[in-house]
Amino acid sequence: MMKITGAEILIESLKKEGVDIIFGIPGGVVLQIFDALYNEKEIRFILTRHEQGAAHAADGYARATGRPGVALVTSGPGATNTVTGIANAHMDSIPLVVITGQVATRMIGNDAFQEADIVGITRPCTKYNFLVKDVNDLAMTIKESFYIARTGRPGPVLIDIPKDVSEARTDFAYPEKVSLRSYNPTYYGNKWQIKQAAQAIARAKRPVIYAGGGVILSNASGELKELAEFNHIPVTLTLMGLGGFPGTHPLFLGMLGMHGTYAANMAIHHSDLVIAIGSRFDDRVTGKVTEFAPKAVFIHIDIDPTNIRKNIHVDIPIVGDVRNVLIELNKELKASQEERDQCIRERGPWHEQVKEWEEEHPLAYKKGGKGIKPQYVIEKIYELTGGNAIVATDVGQHQMWVAQYFKFDKPRTILSSGGLGTMGFGFPAAIGAQVACPDKLVFNVAGDGSFQMNVQELATAVINHLPVKVAVINNGYLGMVRQWQELFFNRRYSGSILDGTPDYVKLAEAYGAVGMRAKSPSEVEGVIKEAISVKRPVVMDFVVDPEENVFPMVPAGGANSEMVFGEVSKEEKGKAAGKKERKGSVLPA
Amino acid sequence: MQHIISILVENKFGVLSRVSGLFSGRGFNIENISVGTTLDPSVSQMTIITQGDDRIIEQIIKQLNKLIDVIKVVDLSEKDYIVRETALIKIHTSRSEDRSEALRITEIFRARVVDSTPTTYTIEITGDENKIEAIINLLRPLGIKEIVRTGKIAIAREEMKAAAIQEGKRIRA
Repeated sequence: MMKITGAEILIESLKKEGVDIIFGIPGGVVLQIFDALYNEKEIRFILTRHEQGAAHAADGYARATGRPGVALVTSGPGATNTVTGIANAHMDSIPLVVITGQVATRMIGNDAFQEADIVGITRPCTKYNFLVKDVNDLAMTIKESFYIARTGRPGPVLIDIPKDVSEARTDFAYPEKVSLRSYNPTYYGNKWQIKQAAQAIARAKRPVIYAGGGVILSNASGELKELAEFNHIPVTLTLMGLGGFPGTHPLFLGMLGMHGTYAANMAIHHSDLVIAIGSRFDDRVTGKVTEFAPKAVFIHIDIDPTNIRKNIHVDIPIVGDVRNVLIELNKELKASQEERDQCIRERGPWHEQVKEWEEEHPLAYKKGGKGIKPQYVIEKIYELTGGNAIVATDVGQHQMWVAQYFKFDKPRTILSSGGLGTMGFGFPAAIGAQVACPDKLVFNVAGDGSFQMNVQELATAVINHLPVKVAVINNGYLGMVRQWQELFFNRRYSGSILDGTPDYVKLAEAYGAVGMRAKSPSEVEGVIKEAISVKRPVVMDFVVDPEENVFPMVPAGGANSEMVFGEVSKEEKGKAAGKKERKGSVLPA
Repeated sequence: MQHIISILVENKFGVLSRVSGLFSGRGFNIENISVGTTLDPSVSQMTIITQGDDRIIEQIIKQLNKLIDVIKVVDLSEKDYIVRETALIKIHTSRSEDRSEALRITEIFRARVVDSTPTTYTIEITGDENKIEAIINLLRPLGIKEIVRTGKIAIAREEMKAAAIQEGKRIRA
């Protein structure tokens, strides 16, 4: 067998894992690896302009495809720059494999040039990490990394490869199998528990499904739809779950939690059964925990046992892969058709009540006033794309408006930093998604604050012909911070005013992208239409009403049943309520 | 309530850091930790003593199980177990009456003198926490120079068949 270098082993192993794209930036200790990538035909290397951009792009790639994203960076600052991206993927359970160079093994611990203990630094924010000390371990380490990253509750894995390991030569045979005695995720739910859950569902008079990112990660949206439709149960989703159940479905209540819909929060509050599926009772979802569904029995389906009973008492826990469990649960529920029909008839008043809540406070905003309403921009993007787009968001007000006003019908179409709340995530994530899905329309809805956090990636988009459409919701503030300061700090806008904001049109043009601006509502549609028709990266600067707030809202620490609403006229409310497309009746015939 | 958690882990570098990092990162408290090898050189044994209500202990055990390098976690507090600790206690014994008093105490506690100089004794004692605290209290008036303790290790008592227990065959030290 011919001996090859560690660098070549790495590239060959990545190919065996089906990796087609690597995002990253080279540097001193990874020169050997980059040399092995030179002239490589099966793997495309995308040079980002910052390592954080590489990590987020790999994350966006993973969210859009379900396959692990791969980033390759150098030691020291290259490695530390990926940390935010890794922590972000960790919080949202996104499979990543991040490969960092390291100084030569004999130099480790000597404070060598560009040395950082990246394994130590990322230990709490990776699912697992490796320092490879012997080239003979390299192939197995890569095999294990991909296995760990994509199985169980997915997550980021980091492989730290010292310079001498990538230079050393050895025989290469990619391992066929991987077995880790101490890592055995539970994929199938306990049968008895599933029976219990089925009985509880059959008995419930006021059930609600509360589903999260686990539905997307386990590709269970079909099974979720079946569960909801067959049993006529209203569904609310978390931010991470959006797209896991059709946003236009008559049983869909909208997102729940801090900026969720009134109907979703009231339904949860008054329910007698909460079916939590691949969701983890985040504080932004529950509000005051003791007031979260106080009268309900809880079923909780999750692959990660640590999520169960972490924040809330659960009556029927089911540990397992969401899809597998839902398949079994649906089977169980279909066994008793007659009983089901009886139950559904008894749930009539519940559906009536939910409908009342939907009409009482639909998602609505005050039209008119000065300038463009940010919600209007989101509505127009939804309308003009026909909902047929991947939308990456950053974090803040615009993110919530996307979650509220863009009706995601399909999984893997909203890419948003849910857990860590990373501003600057959206644009590189959109780049990663566009690389993965060249034929799809990819939007990044960004705040002007967020966009500036990774704006350098415009170069990446332009040079790689990635026609990402960036819609900057430009209000001249760090908007969510300003909103909280307005509501809770007596309008003392400390540190939240974005002075010195660049001219986004000129900025886009400076990078070779297309820049456009809309200053009044009448210009919005034209700008979006043109952006969609241009086959190049576009930055749209939407100069919006600077003091628009995200409503409804549950103040931090408050109960979800105590929502605060914005000023909306009765007429607008009525229009918004009528707008909810009902493709069918909620109640059985 | 205090819990003694016994953990089998892969014997790899960084594992202790992963376990202790889990406790510090999630605000759990480690009162005592000890690590040693097992019959299988690829596996290490950790004993951790921690405090918490049922919900916290459940989280700790689940979080430990979630670590990739953790093979098995047992909450010994749910079982019958034996816990031991060893202490090395160096005391001042310049006066002859102190030396004889120290030897008497050592004998009462079934401890041993493992090092002796004209002015000091070093006493080795093994036992549960109460026994070690007791000998320390008795030796204190003589003047303790230094104490080193191993931290606690624990092991579950082997379950016996019901019949054997009825016959009173269990011998407790």
